[in-house]
Parts: sequence; structure tokens; C-alpha cells
Amino acid sequence: MQLTVNGTDYPLDDLEPDMPLLWALRDVLGIRGVKYGCGIAQCGACTVHIDGEAVRSCQVAVGDVWGPVTTIEGLGTPEAPHPVQAAWIAEQVAQCGYCQSGQIMQAASLLTGNPDPTDQDIDDAMSGNLCRCGTYPRIRAAVKAAAKALKEA
Amino acid sequence: MGRIRTIARRTFLIGSAAIAGGVSFGVWRYRTPYANPLLDGLPEGAAALTPYVLITAEAITLITPRADKGQGAVSVQAALIAEELDVDLDQVETDPGPPDPAYYNTALAGDAVPFRSTDDSYLAETARVVMDAPMKFLGIQITGGSTTVPDGYEKLRRAGAVARETLKAAAARLHGVAVTDLRTGRGAVILPDGMRLPYQSLAVAAAETDPVTDVTLRAPDQWRLIGKPMQRVDIVAKSTGTQRYGIDMNLPGMVHAAVHLGPTQGGAILGYDARAAEQMRGVLRVVPVEGGVGVIADNTWRAFQAAQAITLESGSSPYPADMAGHWQALSDSFTPDRRDSRLRDEGDVGKALAEGADIEAEYRAPYLAHAPLEPVNATVLVTDARVDVWTGTQIPRFMQKNVARIAGVDTAQVHLHAQMIGGSFGHRLEDQVVRHATELAMAMPGRPVKLTYSREEDMAHDFPRQIAMARGRGRVTDGRVEAYDLDIAMPSVMASQMGRQGLPVPGPDLQIVAGAWDQPYAIPHYRVTGYRAPELAPISSWRSVGASSNGFFHDSLLDELIHAAGADPLEERLRLCNHATSRKVLEAVGEMSGWGSATAPGRGRGVALCLSFSVPCAQVVEVTDTPAGIRIDRVFVAAEVGRIIDPVNFEGLVRGGVIFGLGHAMNCQITYADGATEQQNFDAYQGMRLYQCPEIMVRGLENGDKVRGIGEPPVPPAAPALANAIFAATGQRLREMPFDKFATFI
Repeated sequence: MQLTVNGTDYPLDDLEPDMPLLWALRDVLGIRGVKYGCGIAQCGACTVHIDGEAVRSCQVAVGDVWGPVTTIEGLGTPEAPHPVQAAWIAEQVAQCGYCQSGQIMQAASLLTGNPDPTDQDIDDAMSGNLCRCGTYPRIRAAVKAAAKALKEA
Repeated sequence: MGRIRTIARRTFLIGSAAIAGGVSFGVWRYRTPYANPLLDGLPEGAAALTPYVLITAEAITLITPRADKGQGAVSVQAALIAEELDVDLDQVETDPGPPDPAYYNTALAGDAVPFRSTDDSYLAETARVVMDAPMKFLGIQITGGSTTVPDGYEKLRRAGAVARETLKAAAARLHGVAVTDLRTGRGAVILPDGMRLPYQSLAVAAAETDPVTDVTLRAPDQWRLIGKPMQRVDIVAKSTGTQRYGIDMNLPGMVHAAVHLGPTQGGAILGYDARAAEQMRGVLRVVPVEGGVGVIADNTWRAFQAAQAITLESGSSPYPADMAGHWQALSDSFTPDRRDSRLRDEGDVGKALAEGADIEAEYRAPYLAHAPLEPVNATVLVTDARVDVWTGTQIPRFMQKNVARIAGVDTAQVHLHAQMIGGSFGHRLEDQVVRHATELAMAMPGRPVKLTYSREEDMAHDFPRQIAMARGRGRVTDGRVEAYDLDIAMPSVMASQMGRQGLPVPGPDLQIVAGAWDQPYAIPHYRVTGYRAPELAPISSWRSVGASSNGFFHDSLLDELIHAAGADPLEERLRLCNHATSRKVLEAVGEMSGWGSATAPGRGRGVALCLSFSVPCAQVVEVTDTPAGIRIDRVFVAAEVGRIIDPVNFEGLVRGGVIFGLGHAMNCQITYADGATEQQNFDAYQGMRLYQCPEIMVRGLENGDKVRGIGEPPVPPAAPALANAIFAATGQRLREMPFDKFATFI
């Protein structure tokens, strides 16, 4: 078994194939930007991309991963943030910040497939990501700002 | 963060110039020089050392002892120090510092006295000062009660000023110039010739200089930071996945743990079968813990799986097994022998209601989980010499004591390494997870053990918000509210919560009536009575505490009476309001919302006001009754806090508080069946989702003479404003939360 995460190949020969990708990333590979919130796909804190598609990594068995994995660390860095991350910084979205890795990965996936989302599109794409601090107004603003920045890039 | 942790606690407090490795630093002490001798409560010999600024040859570190759960506490504390220290936030490191009595919370005492926050009388002010003494004595270093800003507003600026003036004194001595010829700016003392001496270069000299404690704080018109938009110090890390939380702890040799706790809260564990778990892959130990069984394994998922495989035999719950019993206990508590307080009793309510009431209603508020998105966790390392704890906590000193007791060591041997918290809402005022982690770590001395609660354990074994019931009556005359009588029954949150820390709470529990007895209205016949229900399920402080239920009760009854009187909901509240700054927040939301203007068909507006934590907060909610259900369209909020430190963070916290209040009012409750929590994950405890989130317009007012915190006050008015809006739109009066028992929300 092998995983490609953020462009790096990791051999995972001795792992149960039914271990959720979330825990393989966090506890086996030490990639901890991805968060555990509920374990049942109700909060979205564990959202990563597989082949560019946003998935809940708590629901994907590590043995079933069908493509390269991108986590928040692979999207951008503090020195070189992805446009979605830059929008999140400019809008100062985060309060506790624990859900924001998942929110940002979900938003990045939305904007890849739909560069000009309507309010309804944003509601539809982002409502599976729970934020207990209530940062939704700024999430909406940041998604729109990121969409604009990506179009102008 | 982390620099302080390598410095011995004693060294840190005394402020020596030398520490291991030869690094020098300065620590600044000051005695709070209040002008009022009553306020100057620090006796000789007990002068608090308040080290908030640490300067080494490498870095300027600001100590921010109040826990950051997402409310921006680190940034706001750092900004208050930096304002006077003349540094910018991009030049400093922050560190929560060690648990220490020096960091007691003065402002928390202000809400523990039986005077309305609107009462500035001599008696009230004196009581607030007297209450401060026990807080100091106990060294209660608590984050809570929206007190971080009120507590630190002067104290932290003064610490920054003392550090600045001491650095100047050191520079003056070194360079043979007069202090009055020196300036400071951007982390440096500036000599008359313009040469800049970075603070770091003055660390050794400053450590040898007597602290300059006679400082004058700058006037607001000189401020560089306070009141202007700031960038939070954690915003980049939290937007790039690089912020580390307690749950992300990773130490050499660390093992991972989970717990399987008994189904009830506090029911005895009669036995367990862990044979299957012990055979599972990666399992290292199975260890009984208080109220359940723990598993230590080589990763979190394996620990979760093994914990689930354990079967438990447990005794019955110490509280009623199902909800009918809980509600019955509340219903039976409106009796003279359970009367806890009657702090408001104006006019003659008995006489005014002798001939009957125009409105008579019962209101209910359920248990609620805190459910921050980061499940609670703690990493503990037990060695011969000491116990190290890595966790996020709002009660560091209580936690330290509890760990010491369990591990059988002195409190001084317990070293807390405070971690960033992924949400709390009061959850981290409890330390059960730390106690469990200590029990587990003692089974594997020398190995760091990280315990993570599964979401299910976290929610099922939360100490929830109080359940509460209220009964109200009132009379109206000539289009006016004439008599108002509200009885509230709930178990004592303070007794339950502090009882777990071994502290008695004498006297009435003001939280039973908080957000109700202290409202800024003059009604001719006006009475609020609190009844202490027996202890039911163990409960704890939940964002805005008593006011989270009582704000709904108080304002709902008022709204019903105003409608019965045929008066306008906003106009009648304004007519009754007897507190200038509260009037202004009502007027503000009236103006913002276009109150009184025509609304679209099916649309309704509701207004509510709640004064809590000394902050009047008014909200107007607009809803539309659509064929598919109720849609919350817009919310207008105004709050009076005296001084807004950072308008960006202020707006975020207000909106978050409104969403928290609306979301739980819509669809959240914790219920018990056979003594077990029925809601164990977010499928059954939704809160607000993004698609339901209304537009929220925020206005902060600065008319008051005291600075206040904004973490909690936006929560209490949200539920009644929503219920009042639904009434306006549909004619249906909702008297019990969650509202989705009676209405559908889209």
C-alpha cells in the first residue's frame, strides 16, 4: 500500500486497509493540519482532496484511496498561501480555527470546479462544514474574494 | 509559544537576571497603584508579581495568561501590553506563561456580587472591591465571564508601561543621558542622536535596573493599536493548517489513548470486559479510570476501536433516568423552601396581580452540550520527578491541583504547558479529560500519553448547560406593561461546577436569575424570583451561563405582555428602559433595522434586549414564514462595551455569538434516556449550518464608562429575538427551546 500526499510518496505496508485516511495522515504520517471533529462525516473538519475532489477523510479507508491526496499543508504555506488561504487571512475568518482547514479545502475544491459560484452554490458546497464559532458570514465573504482573486490571476 | 516552559517557575517569578544557558532577561513587577485606597486591595507583603513582559537577548515575549479558545484572547492581551510597550505585534512572541497566583482574575469578582451592573452606588462598588480580595487569596486564574478585556484593560497596559520606562531607565544609565531625552518606538529605545537600542540589547541592563513603577498611562488619542483594526496573531497559522492545538501534540515515545465511559454521568462502574480489546492490534494497556475504562494504544484510531470493544456494566444514574423526571423536578421547585433569591421586588406585584393576570405562561430551556469542534484532549507525562501536562484549560490552577492529587505529587511538581484551544464555550472550565489522562499516564510512567475523547464520549460526557424552567405572569393597563412577575427554577450551575473542584458556594446562586433580575427596566410592579432546583445531571457554565436561558425567559414574557397591551415592541421597551446605555442599543437596532417600516408578506421582526456581563445587547431578527418553513433573513445587533479594542475581532465575536444563540435555539438539546445522553454526535446536535446563516449587521457602542468583554453578551438576546420574530410573522408563540419541536427551519 502506498499513499501520495502533497506530492510525496509514503509506503504504508503494515497498515490495516480499513484505517480511515484521517488517522493514517495524522497519526502515521504526522500530517496534522487535517482535523478530527466527529468521525462520521457530519462536521467536515477532516476535508482533504483526493484527485482534486473534496472528501471527508474520516470516511475514506486508507486502502481505498484512489488518487493523490492534498491536505491543507499542500495547498499553500504561510509564506506562499493559496489564493483561498490568502482570502481567509485578509477576511480574518478564523476564531478558534479548528474547522478552517476543512472549510478552506472545501472552498478550494468548489472554486476549482466552479470559478464563479452563486450564493446558492456557496451555500450548497459549504453547508457540510460545521463551524461552532459562527464564522459563516466571513466564510461567505472569503469564498467570494477568493473567486475574484482566482479569476484575476 | 514555548519559550517560557524551559524556564524554572521560581526563577521566572523572582525575575533573576540569569537562567540556565546564560541567557539574561528582565521581568517587571509592579504594584497596582490605584488611586482609590479601597481598590488598592493588595496588602504589604502580598504584592502580586505580575510578569507580563519577558525580554531576552533574542526576543520580546508578552505573557498572555488568559486562555485562547478562539475568542482572540492572545491577540487582545498582547495588544494591550504592546500599546504602552511601544512594540508592534509582528515583533513579539506570545506565551501563556505558567499557572500562577499572580494571574488572578479581578474582573470575575465583579459579577459575583448581588448588585446590578447598572448600579454604581457606593455600596455596590465597595462590594465589588471586597469580593476581589478572596479572588486574590484563592489565586483564581480563570478564563471566563467575558472578563479578559475588563481584567486586563488597565493591568496589561500598565505592565507594558512599566517595562518601557524600565528599559528607558536602563538605557539612560548605560549611555549617560537623561531619561527625559529618550523616546521609544517599534521595540527600541531611541537616543537623542537617533540611535536605536533594540529592547533585546537592553535585557541584561534592564534586569539589573529597579523597575520604574510610577507610570502614567497614555490617553486614548495617543493610542496606536487600541480601537483600530488589527490582524490577529494567529490568523495566518489558522488559515494554513499550521496552528497546533492540544490534539496535535506529538512527543518522542508518545502513545495514544481513548476512554469508554459509563453510559450515565456519575453512575458506578460495576464491572467491565476488556478481553476482546486487549487482543486488538496496537493495544498496550487497558486501565480503569474514574467512571469508565481507558485504552492506551499505538495510535488514536486503534485506541478508539479498542475502547468501543469494551463492554461495561454500570449502575443507574444519580439523576432521573428520563426527561419527564427532570422537568418534574423543576416543576416541583417553585416552592418557598426552594426560594434562592428575590433580588428584584418593586411596587406591589402581589396586589397588582390579585385580580388575575393578562398573561400567564411557562417557558423551558433544555440541557445543551458545549461541543467545541476540537474534542477535549490532554497529554500527560509522569516521571519520578514531575508530571507534565499539555492541554488547553480555562482553570489552570484547579487542574494542577487535581493532577497533583491523582499522581500523588506536590502541586509545584505539576507543570502545565498551555495549548491553543479549538473552541470551548465553557467546556474547558472542566478538567475531567486531564484527570483521566493522568490516570492513564500513571500506568505508563516515562511515556507521554495523549488522551483524545471521541466525539461521542465528548458529547455524552460533557457537563451540559443547565436545564431551566420559568413561570411568568403579568398585567397590562392602558396599553402599557404594568406588572411583571417571573419565577425561574434551575439547579445551581455554580454549586455543580465548583463542587467538582471541592469549593463550597455559599449563599444564593446569582446565575439562577442572571439575565433576568438585573434587566434595565422600570416596571411599576416588577419581581424576579429564583428557585434552586435539586441537583440533577451535573452541569457547567455554557457561553453566557444563567443568562443563556434567562434572557429568553425574561424577554419572552416582556414581549408577550407588550403584545397583550397592544403596544409597539420597541417603543414599549424604550419607554420602560431606565438605563441610558441600554436605551442607546435599543435605539440603534431600531434605526439599523428600519423598525416600523413595512415588511414583505410573511415577514416578521422581533426585538429583544438582554443585559448580561454588564453589556446591554439588543437584537432585531427578521424571519420569513415560507411554505417550506421559517427562514432567518437578517439580524441587527448593537452592544455597548465602553471601549472596542479591535473592531475586526469585535464584529466576529458578536456575529459568532448571535449564530451560537440562534443555532442552539433552533435545533439543539441534550436529553437523557435510561440515564444516558441521547445526542452523541453532530448528526443529532446540528447547530446552525452555513446555508441557514442570516446576514448579521453589527454596531458597537462606546458610551459606557467601563470597558467590557463581548464573548458572551450577544448570546442571550438571540433566542428571544428569534421567537419574537416568529410570533410577529406567524402568530405562533414559542415558549420552549429548541424551537424545531414546533416549527421547521430552512
